[in-house]
Amino acid sequence: MDFFLQQLFNGLAVGGIYALVALGYTMVYGVMKLMNFAHGELFTMGAFLGLTLLGVFSFTEVLGPFGGIFVLILMVMGMVAIMGVLLERVAYRPLRNSPRLSAIVSALGASIFLQNAIMLMYGARFQVYPHGLLPNTPVSLFGVDIPLLRILLFLVSVFMMAGLYFFVQRTRIGTAIRAAAIDQDAARLMGINVDRVIQIVFIIGPALGAAAGVMVGIYYGQINFTMGWIFGLKAFTAAIIGGIGNIPGAMLGGLLLGVLETMGAAYISTAWKDAIAFGVLILILLVRPRGILGERVADKL
Amino acid sequence: MLSLENLVVKYGNVEALHGIDMEVAEGEIVSVLGANGAGKSTTLMGISGLVKPASGSIVFEGTPIHTLPAHKIVEMGIAQVPEGRRVFGTLTVSENLRLGAFTSRDRNRDARTRDWIFSLFPILKERRRQLAGTLSGGEQQMLAIGRALMAHPRLLLLDEPSLGLAPLIIKAIFETIREINSSGVTVVLVEQNARAALRLAHRGYVLEVGKVVLADTAESLLANPEIHSAYLGHGA
Ligand SMILES: Nc1ncnc2c1ncn2[C@@H]1O[C@H](COP(=O)(O)OP(=O)(O)OP(=O)(O)O)[C@@H](O)[C@H]1O
Ligand SMILES: [Mg+2]
Repeated sequence: MDFFLQQLFNGLAVGGIYALVALGYTMVYGVMKLMNFAHGELFTMGAFLGLTLLGVFSFTEVLGPFGGIFVLILMVMGMVAIMGVLLERVAYRPLRNSPRLSAIVSALGASIFLQNAIMLMYGARFQVYPHGLLPNTPVSLFGVDIPLLRILLFLVSVFMMAGLYFFVQRTRIGTAIRAAAIDQDAARLMGINVDRVIQIVFIIGPALGAAAGVMVGIYYGQINFTMGWIFGLKAFTAAIIGGIGNIPGAMLGGLLLGVLETMGAAYISTAWKDAIAFGVLILILLVRPRGILGERVADKL
Repeated sequence: MLSLENLVVKYGNVEALHGIDMEVAEGEIVSVLGANGAGKSTTLMGISGLVKPASGSIVFEGTPIHTLPAHKIVEMGIAQVPEGRRVFGTLTVSENLRLGAFTSRDRNRDARTRDWIFSLFPILKERRRQLAGTLSGGEQQMLAIGRALMAHPRLLLLDEPSLGLAPLIIKAIFETIREINSSGVTVVLVEQNARAALRLAHRGYVLEVGKVVLADTAESLLANPEIHSAYLGHGA
């Protein structure tokens, strides 16, 4: 039981990261029906920018561990959000009215370009995040010792997801995002500037992905220019499991994937970790082709 | 209030409108009739800015609007109830209405407009927490009209609001259109249901393959034998 709870928290911490990255895929897909393959690289960019900033300024020493990491993550989110907006402007907007294949090729091209740019800037080797940025003393929860870091990471991702959920469900702009995801032209007829909505989605998604990148750096301690590929693929899987285009679905899919994968690695074998992730994907798609929450209300005529 | 001059719209290489001229005066209900594919929806989409004309102009209250993006045109006071209703099915009735008021900054006025819409269509009030996709076709049409009214339009464009609805509901919707018009909203009504539309309208235009072939008062159009055989059918 102790082992189970420990693995559960491990899975939730990893799953929260998957969920944050998955949100970027799913929000862009929701509004543009486009897979932003370069999203994984924006996540990587977040991890590396975090490392660079830590080298320039001792956030945790000056501002304390929590305040320091908070400010660090905010700064990285802002910088990567700008990259997201630029990416949309350069790689996707010119192709808005072109065939879908052009946009897919552009997305893949942007992904490769960014991955190479990161490698050229930071090198191909693993880079190490400073140790002990956040306290990692064991905390007793339900009678089990859980490393504080896992709990913190999980809380941070839950907090961000709750914020996003509130924004999308309750605010005027959030409702406009949902409307544009359902029917862009109908949204325009409401007076919604869909270009602006797309821009907002390319701010939020990359910002959340960047936060996840920093969290991975802190949690695993090392980062590499290909990390966006692996995490991106998992997050992509999570988005599809939850129902692509569906925001709560991405959250649920991410957490579910993180937990199942961790449990599989713990109880079966680490070697099976990735196979389990994709096994789950295939199983869920067989039972629910649109993902767990991907079902739409049929529009009656 | 609105004038289209020699409006040409193309989809790729295919010309859908070959130079449309149309005038709408303030306070009118103007009906646009025509068979499938005549270009009625294209005309409305052109006015709303969702398709851009290849040439010609659209002037609304003295301002050329054919160069403006769609969302600016809504701000100027033109709302559209599109063909097929296109309500946001996975959003609630309330959310759909709130989106209709997206360009509005006056929350008090929005609340009054919503109450007015609920008085026009009481069923919407009952169903306000329901997802729009779970409404019946007639209710969705009411929602689509209510949603457009939330923008406080001075000009309301309606694209085949009777499509696929039962006669009794069509009657109620046309009655409401008259009421909306009496409240001071100018209306352009696209219809295949020519008889009902002409009974409601002051004037009408008849389109055939992207051209205006007839423009007259509703009365004369109703009495016109050509219209009779082409659009009003026999008997009824
Ligand atoms: N998105 C589009 N792409 C290409 N051609 C289109 C498009 N929309 C309409 N058309 C063509 O333009 C012409 C006019 O279509 P439009 O939809 O305006 O007709 P309509 O009078 O509204 O017909 P209906 O009564 O069927 O609604 C038709 O030939 C149609 O095939
Ligand atoms: Mg039409």
